[in-house]
Amino acid sequence: MGNTINAIIKKYNGDETRLMDILLDVQTELGFINDWTVEQISKSLDIPQVEILQTLSFYHFFHREPRGKYTIYLNDSVVSNFYGKEEIKKVFEEELGIKTGQVTPDGLIGLFETACIGMSDQEPAALINEHPFPSLTPDKVKNIVKLMKEKKSIEDIKGNKYGEGNNSHYLMRSLVNNNIREKGAVIFSDYTPGEAVKKIVKELSSTDVIEELKKSYLRGRGGAGFPTGLKWEIARKAKGDIKYIFCNADEGEPGTFKDRVILTELPKLVFEGMIIAGYAVGAKYGILYLRNEYRYMKNYLEHVLQEMREEGLLGSFINGKKGFDFDIRIQCGAGAYVCGEESALIESAEGKRGEPRDRPPFPVESGYLNKPTVVNNVETFCTAVKIILNGAEWYNKMGTKESKGTKVLSISGDCERPGIYELEWGFSVNDILKKAGAKTQDVLAVQVGGPSGNCISEKEFNRILAYEDLSTGGSLIIISKKRDLIKDVVLNFQHFFKEESCGSCVPCRTLTVIYEKIIKKIVDGKGTKSDIDNLLSWAAFMKNNRCGLGQTAANPTISTIKNFRQLYEEKVKGNIELFNPDFDENSAIKDYMEVVNKK
Amino acid sequence: MSIFVKFTIDGQICLAEEGKQLIEAAKENNIYIPTLCNFSGIPPKGSCRICTVLINGKPATACTTKVSENMDIKTSTEELENFRKAVIELLFIEGNHFCPSCEKSGNCELQALAYRYKIMAPQFPYLFPKRSIEAWHPKLIKDHNRCILCKRCIRGIKNEQGKSIFAYGKRGENLEINIDKETSKNISDELAQKCMDICPVGAILVKEKGFTVPIGKRKYDYNPIGSDIEKK
Ligand SMILES: Cc1cc2nc3c(=O)[nH]c(=O)nc-3n(C[C@H](O)[C@H](O)[C@H](O)COP(=O)(O)O)c2cc1C
Ligand code: SF4
Ligand code: SF4
Ligand code: FES
Repeated sequence: MGNTINAIIKKYNGDETRLMDILLDVQTELGFINDWTVEQISKSLDIPQVEILQTLSFYHFFHREPRGKYTIYLNDSVVSNFYGKEEIKKVFEEELGIKTGQVTPDGLIGLFETACIGMSDQEPAALINEHPFPSLTPDKVKNIVKLMKEKKSIEDIKGNKYGEGNNSHYLMRSLVNNNIREKGAVIFSDYTPGEAVKKIVKELSSTDVIEELKKSYLRGRGGAGFPTGLKWEIARKAKGDIKYIFCNADEGEPGTFKDRVILTELPKLVFEGMIIAGYAVGAKYGILYLRNEYRYMKNYLEHVLQEMREEGLLGSFINGKKGFDFDIRIQCGAGAYVCGEESALIESAEGKRGEPRDRPPFPVESGYLNKPTVVNNVETFCTAVKIILNGAEWYNKMGTKESKGTKVLSISGDCERPGIYELEWGFSVNDILKKAGAKTQDVLAVQVGGPSGNCISEKEFNRILAYEDLSTGGSLIIISKKRDLIKDVVLNFQHFFKEESCGSCVPCRTLTVIYEKIIKKIVDGKGTKSDIDNLLSWAAFMKNNRCGLGQTAANPTISTIKNFRQLYEEKVKGNIELFNPDFDENSAIKDYMEVVNKK
Repeated sequence: MSIFVKFTIDGQICLAEEGKQLIEAAKENNIYIPTLCNFSGIPPKGSCRICTVLINGKPATACTTKVSENMDIKTSTEELENFRKAVIELLFIEGNHFCPSCEKSGNCELQALAYRYKIMAPQFPYLFPKRSIEAWHPKLIKDHNRCILCKRCIRGIKNEQGKSIFAYGKRGENLEINIDKETSKNISDELAQKCMDICPVGAILVKEKGFTVPIGKRKYDYNPIGSDIEKK
């Protein structure tokens, strides 16, 4: 075991900033990371054990005790629950004879839950030893358990009904489907890898590239909508001998899965975007930060990178141009939504816990290893390539006044055709409901932009998806009238934020607990009107948190109280203010009764 | 030569060296901005958020902000003061703070802030978490009930070999401070005292020593926190 650990550490040159990779590899080899292993890593890297634990215990896919030869992570997202996750969980528990959170006594199979794994278009889904198993049914579960008990290989358990497109590539062999429902003119249009790189080498200087992007008004697709040309320009001008380009493929916002599909079908487009960014900014290194839930793509993506090296698109002298050097590595995460926040992403890639940094300085001035760093979303890089190829003028013909081009949407929930839609900006929510096959009269609400976004009612279904109206990172969850909005959606989202807070800021760490607690109380019929008022007024405190997670963590509650207040009022009706309906005498005196030996 | 800049805090014109931490710059102008996770001399990490002010209308933490020319700063608006009160209350309800039995009582920054903000009963429900007290270390006691997770010990303490002794464990509501068994093994009495002093509350205590200064004669017993800055 000691040899295994040392070999892994050697592979990363004993570099403590690669601690994430070291821990991921060690866990893959040994199955878990116990105190002894931590001690070995600590000795080899010459850093204190508590610092290794600091990273290790932050990420929920790392574990310190065995979680089974087969480890099942059942998706606990809202949409998974819509599609029968509870039943799937019950079948797993019955077949395995254990509860969720446990491992079978023989140590063979562990059953756990996890937050959204980016499969909302094919729920309920689970990850088993990092391989996605989408669209689960009770029969499929029974079969999977049977094969696991027979100790079949994961490939045998998967079977051979792989998903469409590159999902069935021999290095991926995944059961996932793309569900691309509508292709648009920017991302899913014709593409020949390498053309854009050829074009810039021949025709465009680095400042030309930036000018073209500025003219296109391209704004970041990761949610915040920062102008991409401007970001690259600041990074270009920033002082620094070394600069970095990061592609943010953490895609953790529940209900979002577009980057999964783009990476599956168009990885070269993503990487070419990073190369162009490198050219424009003067960076020679790129890092793709891939969420752990998408680690099943890693070998395939590595293979694509290798192909690009062989094609002369990565490495030195790209396209024969002296001084144009660029290469990309893949950094996997280990389960933490907050790592999608750009500075937490950088911390994580440096081997640390994913705790967002104070800003300023912004990553463009001081990012990865304190060097100027550009962080962009997967879709942003793809769009940049197409703008370089076709020109800003072409791009500006699409979309609305302030939102140019197209947007790739992840659509899921109660509709007939969940999946990926690339649409020009400017569609209304109603248009999208129609496309996805949801009948407006059956729809109670639409969650726009994930839990951190906005939950809108029928009254707003005519609003337009665009930065100037309903701005979104691209996910819509359709919620039908048969759902209990507060129980099925709000409670799940508040639980999500509580679990995912890094814990650094006081309001984020504590109020996420309190929001979940009070929503639970209301769902249990024990809430009062003052609970509703408190939830509304405390949201102001969340605005002062350090990062976007904490700043938006009360949104699920706030936007539903604003748009669906009557649902809350129905649940608290009849509960008297002065009396605390949540108080339970028996549980309050339980400790005392135990001490005095009374039952 | 250092350059001085002019800026305003709640309309009052102030002067300080350019790039100075806003907390310090305000102090030099006799204005107290409450802090908890900040500790003079160690790099800031805006985690408690209590020092939040408005800078040109936007919220930002004063401990991580450097002053510049013409900055317009607001610190005593009703909204900000309500926010600070909330932060203090949240710290009380998320831990277990029984001040009368705490060695740090009277010297504790959290307790002092609660007095300054005249906090009686918190507006939030108590969470009563189950937390432990660690006493395995030969010189230190770590009381997790009182820890406000401000990171001052992590940022400010290294052992004689320059290695960290403290680090965070876990995340979110389970966040905790861990002490390294190896790197903390042979710390000197002085360093142990420094650990206790850097902690704003009674979460790190030195063993076998207590109440050397009696209650009633401690730092904040007569003078509210911040009053030394405001009186000058
Ligand atoms: C909690 C949190 C999670 C985020 N997750 C993602 C993500 O998964 N993918 C992403 O591209 N941006 C995410 N962002 C936004 C990033 O911080 C950053 O703005 C973005 O990657 C910049 O790229 P863009 O300009 O191309 O949008 C997240 C932000 C926060 C606060
Ligand atoms: S807002 Fe929440 S997630 Fe973001 S830094 Fe603060 S504690 Fe961490
Ligand atoms: S032990 Fe003290 S100094 Fe360290 S984080 Fe807790 S409260 Fe802060
Ligand atoms: S003192 Fe500034 S955030 Fe804590």
